[in-house]
Amino acid sequence: MDVFIQVVYFVAAILFILGLKKMSSPVTATGGIVWAGIGMVAASLVAFFEPGVFEHTGNVVLIVLAIAVGSAIAYITAKRVQMTDMPQMIAIYNGMGGGAAAAIAAVELVKMAGSADAAGGHELSATAQVLAVIGALIGAVSFSGSAIAFAKLQGIMKKTIRLPMHMVINLILFTLTLVAGAIIGFSGDVSIQLVLLFFIMALVFGVLFTTPIGGADMPVVISLFNAFTGLAVAFEGFVLGNAAMIIAGTVVGSAGTLLTQLMAKAMNRPIGNILFASFGSDGGAAAEEDIEGSMKEIQGTDAAIMMAFAEKVIIVPGYGMAVAQAQHKVSELTKLLEARGVTVKFAIHPVAGRMPGHMNVLLAEAGIDYDKILDLDEVNPEFPTADVALVIGANDVVNPVARSNPDSPIYGMPILDADIAKNCIVIKRGKGSGFSGIENHLFYADNTRMLYGDGQKAVAELISGIKEL
Amino acid sequence: MIEISGFTALYIFMLSAFTGYEVISRVPVILHTPMMSGSNFIHGIVLVGAIVVMGSAQSALEQIIGFIAVALAAGNAVGGYVATVRMLEMFNPKDKKGEA
Repeated sequence: MDVFIQVVYFVAAILFILGLKKMSSPVTATGGIVWAGIGMVAASLVAFFEPGVFEHTGNVVLIVLAIAVGSAIAYITAKRVQMTDMPQMIAIYNGMGGGAAAAIAAVELVKMAGSADAAGGHELSATAQVLAVIGALIGAVSFSGSAIAFAKLQGIMKKTIRLPMHMVINLILFTLTLVAGAIIGFSGDVSIQLVLLFFIMALVFGVLFTTPIGGADMPVVISLFNAFTGLAVAFEGFVLGNAAMIIAGTVVGSAGTLLTQLMAKAMNRPIGNILFASFGSDGGAAAEEDIEGSMKEIQGTDAAIMMAFAEKVIIVPGYGMAVAQAQHKVSELTKLLEARGVTVKFAIHPVAGRMPGHMNVLLAEAGIDYDKILDLDEVNPEFPTADVALVIGANDVVNPVARSNPDSPIYGMPILDADIAKNCIVIKRGKGSGFSGIENHLFYADNTRMLYGDGQKAVAELISGIKEL
Repeated sequence: MIEISGFTALYIFMLSAFTGYEVISRVPVILHTPMMSGSNFIHGIVLVGAIVVMGSAQSALEQIIGFIAVALAAGNAVGGYVATVRMLEMFNPKDKKGEA
């Protein structure tokens, strides 16, 4: 039986890696997740036949009950959630995984604490002991940190809370947690109280670590926690002698780390800067230079005419489009324009929306072909030949100061060059500035016209304008 | 349970890390969010560990923590799967099933 269990774990590990690989192409992606899913179901089923599990019938009942509860909640929430709210759901499911890894470590450590006084108890090797503690720390931080990330993106927690001397407090707390962890990890003699204190400190650290980070940086943080959880799972896998957990956890850990780097790079901010400094505090003092020109308003019907008689239109969607749920209207507009012979392309900034690829998911949901969706490097050479660049709810990612003003906090960030299109129409709810609070020079440019209004209504105006022609 | 010694684990760890890095480095930007969700699902394998730990729980405290572990892990796996599938479905419009 033991060999059979190991074979299934082995196959599951292969399925996970192949699944991830298949997920790397749009054509095979759906198959990829199914393969990984098969691996998961098989591995979970054989886990019941691990030695010791079926010895306590009561425990088996509890396991089935726990799976039912956890799955039901996750299934219902995942089915119901709006596509625009997906990032925070990924955060919460990821946090659950981190919490599970921490809880596994907790059980192992509690068993170890119990064995100090009871004879013939549970023994872990020295390495396993240390890894259990590290996994517990990482998992717990990922758990509470992801919960905060969820609260921020969901709008439950609106402010970035920063205590006085926040960094110092974090550092002290982290050191204390490490000390407690080291005592537990290196001495076989542990008390339940110390284990409890260790977990509480680790959880609080996760909260304090995440609260000062602004909402715009959350994708990077969620990705980082995803990698954290992977590592925590790998470490607990070693403790339990489970190679499938080590492999799957490590693969996710390194993939997540790479993804985090890619995201931070797209925002042109070192990861350290995102995690340990906030946008407002180091960038707020940047010189407020005078802006030439003024914002020029345009009516929906005029904008419609401009687009209908253009040869090439590039649409730049941003988070504002997602908030206004305007992607279906945008899709309708695209079809109308194409029927008139206009070439329509979409320009996606790597950090548009709340996560890399978030905009692509929304546009795909609205039925727009992914061949029309171009990323930054592909689309920037096309702007000079575009008659109209239509910016919908995007701001910082088209701000030309990123190229021109070295004092600006976003200086050096790669942007979409919407300003060099022949004409630029910006759909915007009001006159406020973007997520970073930086004035956007594009809005004042001579070739830019502002179309004020909610994204969905403004695009509807454009549609009816084109239909009337 | 198999005995995995320190260095064997280190080798597994090293090779898996390179695998993860290589696999994701070829992913186009449009798939980054589904990818993140997919990798999020894969660490749902923690469910296996939770089941094993819960199965051998002795005291009430161990059972309570074990229960939490299994429920959270199941949430990770199921939530991650459903979210990923929903996102990937959007890349498969129904009207062009044949050649995508």
